[in-house]
Amino acid sequence: MKERLVLIGNGMAGVRTLEELLKLEPNKYDITVFGSEPHPNYNRILLSPVLAGEKKFEEIVLNKREWYDKNSITLHAGSPVVEINRVKRKVITADGSEAEYDRLLLATGSSPFIIPVPGADLEGVISFRDIHDVEQMLAASKQYKNAVVIGGGLLGLEAANGLIKQGMEVSVVHLMDTLMERQLDAAAGAMLKRSLEENGMHFLMGAQTDAILGDKRVESVRFADGSIVKADLVVMAVGIRPNIELAKKAGLYCERGVVVNDTMQTYDPRIYALGECVQHRETCYGLVAPLFEQAKVCANHLAELGYGRYEGSVTSTKLKVTGIDLFSAGDFHGDDTTEEIVFQDLAGGTYKKLVIKDNRISGAVLYGNTVDGAWYFQLMREGTNISDMRESLLFGQSAHLGSSGHGGETQASAMSDAAQVCDCNGVCKGDIVKAITSEGLFTVDEVKSHTKAGASCGSCVGLVEQILANTLGGDYSAPEAKPLCACTEFTHDQVRSTIREYELMDKQAVFDKMDWRTPDGCHVCRPAINYYLISAWPGKAKDDAQSRFINERVHGNIQKDGTFSVIPRILGGRTTPHELRTIAEAAEKFNVGEVHFTGGQRINMLGVKKEDLPAMWEFLTDRGMVSGHAYGKALRTVKTCVGSTWCRFGTQDSTSLGMQLEEATWASWMPHKFKMAVSGCPRNCAEATIKDFGVVCVDSGYELHIGGNGGVKVRATDVLCRVNTEQEVMEYCTAFIQLYREEARYLERTAPWVERIGLSYIKKRVVEDAVGRKELRRRFVDSQDVAQHDPWTARAKGAEAHEFTPMKKLGE
Amino acid sequence: MSAVMTEKWVEVGRLSEIPRLGSRVVQTKDDEIAVFRAADDTVFALSNRCPHKQGPLSEGILHGHRVTCPLHNWVIELENGEAVAPDVGCTRNYPVRMEGEQILLGI
Repeated sequence: MKERLVLIGNGMAGVRTLEELLKLEPNKYDITVFGSEPHPNYNRILLSPVLAGEKKFEEIVLNKREWYDKNSITLHAGSPVVEINRVKRKVITADGSEAEYDRLLLATGSSPFIIPVPGADLEGVISFRDIHDVEQMLAASKQYKNAVVIGGGLLGLEAANGLIKQGMEVSVVHLMDTLMERQLDAAAGAMLKRSLEENGMHFLMGAQTDAILGDKRVESVRFADGSIVKADLVVMAVGIRPNIELAKKAGLYCERGVVVNDTMQTYDPRIYALGECVQHRETCYGLVAPLFEQAKVCANHLAELGYGRYEGSVTSTKLKVTGIDLFSAGDFHGDDTTEEIVFQDLAGGTYKKLVIKDNRISGAVLYGNTVDGAWYFQLMREGTNISDMRESLLFGQSAHLGSSGHGGETQASAMSDAAQVCDCNGVCKGDIVKAITSEGLFTVDEVKSHTKAGASCGSCVGLVEQILANTLGGDYSAPEAKPLCACTEFTHDQVRSTIREYELMDKQAVFDKMDWRTPDGCHVCRPAINYYLISAWPGKAKDDAQSRFINERVHGNIQKDGTFSVIPRILGGRTTPHELRTIAEAAEKFNVGEVHFTGGQRINMLGVKKEDLPAMWEFLTDRGMVSGHAYGKALRTVKTCVGSTWCRFGTQDSTSLGMQLEEATWASWMPHKFKMAVSGCPRNCAEATIKDFGVVCVDSGYELHIGGNGGVKVRATDVLCRVNTEQEVMEYCTAFIQLYREEARYLERTAPWVERIGLSYIKKRVVEDAVGRKELRRRFVDSQDVAQHDPWTARAKGAEAHEFTPMKKLGE
Repeated sequence: MSAVMTEKWVEVGRLSEIPRLGSRVVQTKDDEIAVFRAADDTVFALSNRCPHKQGPLSEGILHGHRVTCPLHNWVIELENGEAVAPDVGCTRNYPVRMEGEQILLGI
């Protein structure tokens, strides 16, 4: 017989746990759900749009009744549980029916706090918590004129906004002097107040409610100073309180909430709890992102996998009021130990404040322009040292990273529904909003997979995050320390350190050691793991061809029609008549569709059939040309100018130096592609300042640059240091490459990597630590011993022949 | 399943000719067929065209009983050629029969 799992609370936290559980163990439990509301699980976050008349209730239902049926879940909606009998392991409902359990899951949520003033029980005094409240508000708005919302926090302002949209005159009463004081500082609160006043909202600040007056129905509200405001409807939105009565009655230990440990267990190990009813490490949460994190962990333990840990959440907030962009996270007030970086433009309606502690962001408030909210939040969560970017930090990620592909749009709320967000895949704002609401999406990844927005070049992901945040408001789930892929809970860094620590030599060992969920991974994790293995154990770990992307497997770039491109290596971009003749002859002999110069000073032959590749490579390698690795996560090209040999401005022999660099580094596998350039003077004709590693020759020596990028996000390099000799250039360059190879995450270019770990760290490892630098260089040279063989020559001689020939041709 | 009984079984090669988690192509008069070998040695055959933009599925990365198209990362079920949700589409699949090491396709 299957074990019985009973869920009390048919809301977002509980049902999300069931969904996560079903993904892990679809047949482990007989599941019964009790909910006090007479509805299936709906998206509470979207109550505001329902109130504002932008959505209907049916559109915010997350799990229809068919979902419960399909998963054989017994649902008792509108049937509140009134007692838990822990001895007999059963729950009892208000109508006396019972259900026994082996495991019990409490997700009873929270209730609005009602201020105990005289008249709080009058007709027309309600809270803003569930669909029933919304229905009452909608009904009142049709009959009455004046509404008073008590509470100027997130919920209160959303309620007030909705009631204004329904045509009511709304006054917001707030005890404090600042709106949303738990999310905003005084400056941002004042800006918010002004914009809301422009929308027609009235405010009574610093006002303490004394009594609600009326005969049967509410007629007015009286304040401590004796003043009176007319009211036909009063909405109390002063806070929520965890629902712990049921748990308390059953003798479970409670403080403010039901106390749980990191595995979401209460003091009774058979009983799990999560969501707004729980207290974890002294904290109760009221936003959906932490709830979903808890759901993952809880499901992990219900499925008896036993390794998930919930360690608390850092939350961020957005307000869901049309036309207002507002973001806050962390400790934004600061104290004696913190400092502030502030940008304030009242006329332009922009305010940004970052609170910094020990060179790390500890809090942020953004008003007006919130495009960088997700970035600051990420820096904050990851504890990134920001000392290298203090000067540009407030101007956002794009201050350093000029980005192409979204027309300079930074304010999602100002965009029309028809405006294109993702230019790669042609996805408009309206498409994204529709997918978020109709498909019940909560994360950027979900939006990516449903709409394809942000799924190609990624330059619009910031906008997608904003749209997600604007649609879901305070409850959107910001990026986590992300698992490598859906096959695992572990991050890139954890996988890599496990490979090193346990000396794992092949993918199967990684899958076994780290309890991979899938038997042989997926297209995301396999190439990453293969790279981590071969970079950690050069020569020892076997390079797994089937874990390589096609381009690296067949040493050519796949094109849209399934043909390949062939780019021979031309060291430093300097060629000869013999090489050009060879390329011309190869192009004619193999009927290439097009010959094209690349941005990295090479020649690309496009449209080659896969079957022809080995013969073409044989032709090229016989005449002294080797693979250009234009297809790989590897050293691509070293671009050079003619330098002091010819140029009247040249200060050093940049061509020869570039060729030496390329000679030393070609065929080295990297986390991502890697480009270099050497310019012979500061005029910088080889564009060395947008390369992963660039050299600008100067009269006294060489200026070394790192972390540049010329692609989706343009980033100029940071200067690493100056050196005097070519030998030093070689040493610093290879040491830098090795550090990147050992520490950057797979598919992370040097530009974001340098920003993530900081220039100071790289200087410390590559410039200041001479012994460490030589060690890095040595490890690079060792790995090149294994890697630096021309793959074309080998395949021209017949290696991997099965890759290039059909298994059978029929009917010829 | 698109198997039609009137089609005939044709020998196309031996299991060992396809690497595990790899694929080989069989060319016919009117189609190019990708023949896949999963880690558990199950063999599948699909028309070598992703339902999205006709990418060659034989060049994709295999995992479980699925393949990821090399062009835009659509994931296709080897069993029936269906795209994995939320993507929608289907490519033709061919019945496969093993006789010892020998792979036969219903063409």
